[in-house]
Amino acid sequence: MEAKATAEADASPIKAKPSETKPKKNRISSGFFKFVVVRFLLIIPTIFILVTIVFFVMRATGDPITAALGGRLTPQELQARIHQAGYDRPLIVQYAEYLGDLLHGDLGTTLTDNQPVTTILTRYGAATFELAFLALIIALIVGIGLGRIAARRRDHAPDAAIRTFAILCYATPVFFLGLLLKLIFSIWLDWLPSSGRSSLESEMQFGRLVSPTGFYIIDALQLGDPAVLLDVLQHAILPALALGLLTAGVFIRLVRTNVISTYTSGYVEAARSRGVSEKRLLSKHAWKPALIPIITVMGMQIALMLAGAVPTETTFEWKGLGFMLSTYLKARDFVAVQGIVILIAIIVSVVNFIVDVISALIDPRVRY
Amino acid sequence: MSAANAAKASHGAPTVPGDDRLEELRQSTKTSFFGKLPIIKQLRIAVGWQKGMLVTGLILCGFFLLVAIFAPLIAPYGYSQIKDASGQAFPTQAAPSAEHIWGTTVGGFDVFSRTVWGARTAVIAIIVAVLCSIFVGVLLGLVSGYFGGWVDRVLVVIADAVYSFPSLLLAILMAIMISHGQSGLWAGIFSSGLSITVVYIPQYFRTIRAEVVRMKESAFIESARVIGASTWRIMTKHLLKNSTRTLPVILTLNSSEAILTLAGLGFLGFGIEPTAAAEWGYDLNRSVSDVTAGIWWTAIFPGVAIVLIVLGITLVGESLNDLSDPRLRTRKSAGEVIGSIEDTSVDPSTQKDAAEVVFTDPNTGDANEAPAANTVNKGDES
Amino acid sequence: MSGTQILNKDVVAEGDLAAIKNLSVSFVTDAGPIKAVDKVNLTIPKKSIVGIVGESGSGKSVTAKSILKLLPETATTSGAIYLKSRDGSQQMDVLALNSEQLRQMRGEEAAMVFQEPNSVLNPVYTIGWQIAEGLRAHGITDKHEQRAKAVDILKKVGIPDAETRIDYYPHQFSGGQKQRIVIAMALVLNAGLILADEPTTALDVTVQAEILDLLRMARDEFDASVLIITHNMGVIADVADDVIVMYRGHVVEQGSVEQIFYSPKEPYTKRLLSAVPRIGQKLVVRDEQGQIIERKTDYREEPIAVKARGLEITYPGHLMQPPFKAVRGIDFDIHRSEVVGLVGESGSGKSTTGRAIAGLQRISGGSLNVLGVEMNGFKEREFKPKRADIGFVFQDPGSSFNPLMTIAQNVAEPLLVHGKYHSLAEARKYVEELLEMVQLPKAYMDRFPHELSGGQRQRASLARALALKPPLLIADEPTSALDVSVQAKVLELFKKLQVEIGFACLFITHDLAVVDMLADRIMVMHKGEIVEHGDADQIMRNPRDPYTRKLLASLPIPDPREQRKHRAHLHELLAAEQA
Repeated sequence: MEAKATAEADASPIKAKPSETKPKKNRISSGFFKFVVVRFLLIIPTIFILVTIVFFVMRATGDPITAALGGRLTPQELQARIHQAGYDRPLIVQYAEYLGDLLHGDLGTTLTDNQPVTTILTRYGAATFELAFLALIIALIVGIGLGRIAARRRDHAPDAAIRTFAILCYATPVFFLGLLLKLIFSIWLDWLPSSGRSSLESEMQFGRLVSPTGFYIIDALQLGDPAVLLDVLQHAILPALALGLLTAGVFIRLVRTNVISTYTSGYVEAARSRGVSEKRLLSKHAWKPALIPIITVMGMQIALMLAGAVPTETTFEWKGLGFMLSTYLKARDFVAVQGIVILIAIIVSVVNFIVDVISALIDPRVRY
Repeated sequence: MSAANAAKASHGAPTVPGDDRLEELRQSTKTSFFGKLPIIKQLRIAVGWQKGMLVTGLILCGFFLLVAIFAPLIAPYGYSQIKDASGQAFPTQAAPSAEHIWGTTVGGFDVFSRTVWGARTAVIAIIVAVLCSIFVGVLLGLVSGYFGGWVDRVLVVIADAVYSFPSLLLAILMAIMISHGQSGLWAGIFSSGLSITVVYIPQYFRTIRAEVVRMKESAFIESARVIGASTWRIMTKHLLKNSTRTLPVILTLNSSEAILTLAGLGFLGFGIEPTAAAEWGYDLNRSVSDVTAGIWWTAIFPGVAIVLIVLGITLVGESLNDLSDPRLRTRKSAGEVIGSIEDTSVDPSTQKDAAEVVFTDPNTGDANEAPAANTVNKGDES
Repeated sequence: MSGTQILNKDVVAEGDLAAIKNLSVSFVTDAGPIKAVDKVNLTIPKKSIVGIVGESGSGKSVTAKSILKLLPETATTSGAIYLKSRDGSQQMDVLALNSEQLRQMRGEEAAMVFQEPNSVLNPVYTIGWQIAEGLRAHGITDKHEQRAKAVDILKKVGIPDAETRIDYYPHQFSGGQKQRIVIAMALVLNAGLILADEPTTALDVTVQAEILDLLRMARDEFDASVLIITHNMGVIADVADDVIVMYRGHVVEQGSVEQIFYSPKEPYTKRLLSAVPRIGQKLVVRDEQGQIIERKTDYREEPIAVKARGLEITYPGHLMQPPFKAVRGIDFDIHRSEVVGLVGESGSGKSTTGRAIAGLQRISGGSLNVLGVEMNGFKEREFKPKRADIGFVFQDPGSSFNPLMTIAQNVAEPLLVHGKYHSLAEARKYVEELLEMVQLPKAYMDRFPHELSGGQRQRASLARALALKPPLLIADEPTSALDVSVQAKVLELFKKLQVEIGFACLFITHDLAVVDMLADRIMVMHKGEIVEHGDADQIMRNPRDPYTRKLLASLPIPDPREQRKHRAHLHELLAAEQA
């Protein structure tokens, strides 16, 4: 196929005509807003598909009440409960009702402890986000730093060492890494606490706060007590490290591959031919174009961190959404599981949207 | 090459020194059938660190495969055995000793035996998961990519949605659906395997579809269309084989994810019951409280087993990925100026349109145009 | 700069800027080490344009890149490359410089213009920033000065509205403008030597003329020497003062442009020159006895094979793009056993037209009748038997074969698809004949496509297209990926087969000289419309449409004296157009 419409301006003689409809400098074009709107609208089908899949998969082989309470209640009692909750109606009716409730922000009530799922999300959400945020910082520092070194020193000893480290990072299941860290730093060396988000004393301090955010680091700063802050950070180091290193392994690989690919591209060679130093080639010429694919995949990884939080929180008894999810899983409380999973699905979609917009902001081909 | 032939055809003798050596080069580069086998070929072209990685990976994979096959001979006890032959119950949480070289668990299992048997479960799970997801994913990708249209669009949106969703959570959902959270005997392995299958179908689908869409526009598919070949013939004879070139890479990388997902399921209590088979994730789950008490042997051994098997598979996958991408591949420096004059004016690895590259092999030669198998490693959140 | 690598003794002769002594370069590939350049010696005089000409694999690019030491890590070099600094005060051996000396030399003493402007401009930075990067690397750190210089040089190379467009990104420029910008980046550093590696190969012929003018400007106004690497003898005749002919890693001949063109010494140079297609040179084919073979029938009396009326082809738009009309209502006929040349630049819609005739592209309006079948809204099932009557030769011989099938399997594919034979074994004998017909040894039957050279693959491609002896053949740029000597052979074969078999042919190309050798009639396409059509001789000698005239005038003639007049003619035309 021929390249569509490339050289229009060139068909004109030696002095090419000034082009008529070129957008002006630094003004974000209407095309970009269109992109953002279209991309935003794409979230809706994504969430809808995920909600649908989650709903039907969870309900494919039975109702949640039998799963949670079967064996503990008599068949009659069970039947009564099922009827009361409406689980004996056609699945499609229940699905429509569920979608309706979802639009109103109602995710149902847990079976085992009879709490609205939304309450669980608000109560435990902060802990998970705090963990994910700390882990992300670790992953970004380690991943970008080491990834760039590896790309620069490609095929030499530092590259080999960094790659081995990266592969080890993602070959190690996060819960095993957690156990190892616990064993070494808490049990054998006794440097750091082995579980929980803070000590009892700190918890009592938090009780004095008028408006606790649930983010312990912020709360500790509110209190202004360095001892509490230190305690919170000590508790956070190991879980954040376990979750962060897992993601760092992926980031290293991602950064390395993409930087190598732009580092060997024509435009970097052209810049080299003009005498630009290797250091600057790496930090500017190769880095910015590499950033576009890197950010896209990083966004996906951030979403995946929320899933990685499940075993991490379980290992460290970090009372967040992941810990609750695993608790409800053990209790076979599928209403709660469904609610938490759907929340994660929504977060995943939104994060991916934000990431696409950021990478479009970097890429002038989308921006204009 | 062609210039040389044209010259020879019309004038006989070569005009510049170097022509004659080309003939020798051609003879010596004929590769044997053995040399064309997938892994062997990669082993031949790999150098330096890359070779080291590939060899290490292959050794680790081979080791675990052997352990899986000969588990009954290697393991001193059964995976669910808690009494010795005389009916004497094993001690619980016993430190490594002569009878139990890696100690025993809280349930009285022999850690060494459980770890050995676990290799078998892992290998079976990989095989089930990879075989099923490859089959379905490739088929869907081929059909969807070639025909396009609204079926394609719907499949892509679904695959993208599922792909962006954390695979461990998806596997949990599938496990709930398949076994409703209660794993029986072999059903346990299969429900884990199938959960993993469903999770990875979108990945194969996306890869194959991308390849097919790219190739659909390529000249050799167009030439098949212009000849009048039927759709079936184009798909089976021309597209299928050519679009599966990047599969070995994805396959290995996904196998390692499959193990991590299986272990993650086990760790969260959705895996295989201990009486049905030995599974490392379950063992790690049981060892969480042991660790707090300073009992290290129940966690370390199954954990290291997971790390090593995933490490082995990942090393193989990473090496294959690097070798299939000319930009990532390492080559030796010649050291001195030697060799024959070749019909490439520049380094073939950087020049896409060197029309006369003659001595490249079918995979690497075309890999110039093939997008690097950008197997986005979807992360192992387990 | 100081150190042992900077020489003060005169290695490079007075009046010369650079000298290459005994340069050898080799690479490591999967097939083992390969020597790309072997003991090359050449000199580049001051303030002159030196052309290196050679076919693919002659080592011309590697030689040029060696001057900047821009070789991949796998390369090994020996010999020396001596380069004088701009003021002539210093000489250096490039291959012996350390990395910092090398960095300083790059851009300041010698700069490079690459083949593909698309891939050498960084897509995520403005062109102003990219020009400034070169200045910054060579000590100009003041932002205002950088910007002033950048605007200045952009104006020099003919970028209109440079003050505003300096802040544009590369994708906002057309291909020709991008190449101007790349040249600006080289010129702004005021290097003594500009290395231009196939600077016009990726561009249309009208744009090529403008870029060559810029290179002349580099010599005349910037007092730089230009080393231009090309496979195009016309380009050499147009710009070069000196010519170096390379073949298989060796320098065959170096001399002034007059000497090379009018009294070449080496047989290879002579052969290369004779293979270059020229306007007005009709291709004559002979049989074994040396008798000229002529077509028996007069195409004008033959029935019409393809008839287009108001043909329109539109590519549907995407989310962010409006639909694109590639062909805007064209009319034409192709008679049986006639060769029609379809000429146009990239984006003119010529390939799209060819693909529509072959049923590869649906038409969106008008009527297109191919061998009695209406293509507007055709059904694949009904058209399928007709496909046996249409052959198609693709541009890129490398990718038009299934890489996993042997040549025999590939060539036999149409025979099997249309049920002429039921298995490859049955068809083998006939495939052998076909390969013989296109002058390929039958030993090649069981080779894979990648084991053949480009010319051989294009022969096999012809064999496949003609396997069913179709009455109609579409050839989409069949020789543009080939070297001139190979192209000459393939064109000769093509002509011979056409005369013998008598198929009707639509020959699509951007090269006017090639089409003049073959075609009975020529159609010139521009922006989706046929601007002129008529007998080949009439179009070539008396073009009526201004676009055709410009196209013809832009095509450099592989003859330096002729080309000088020709160029003057082009400039007149352009001046008239401006006025």
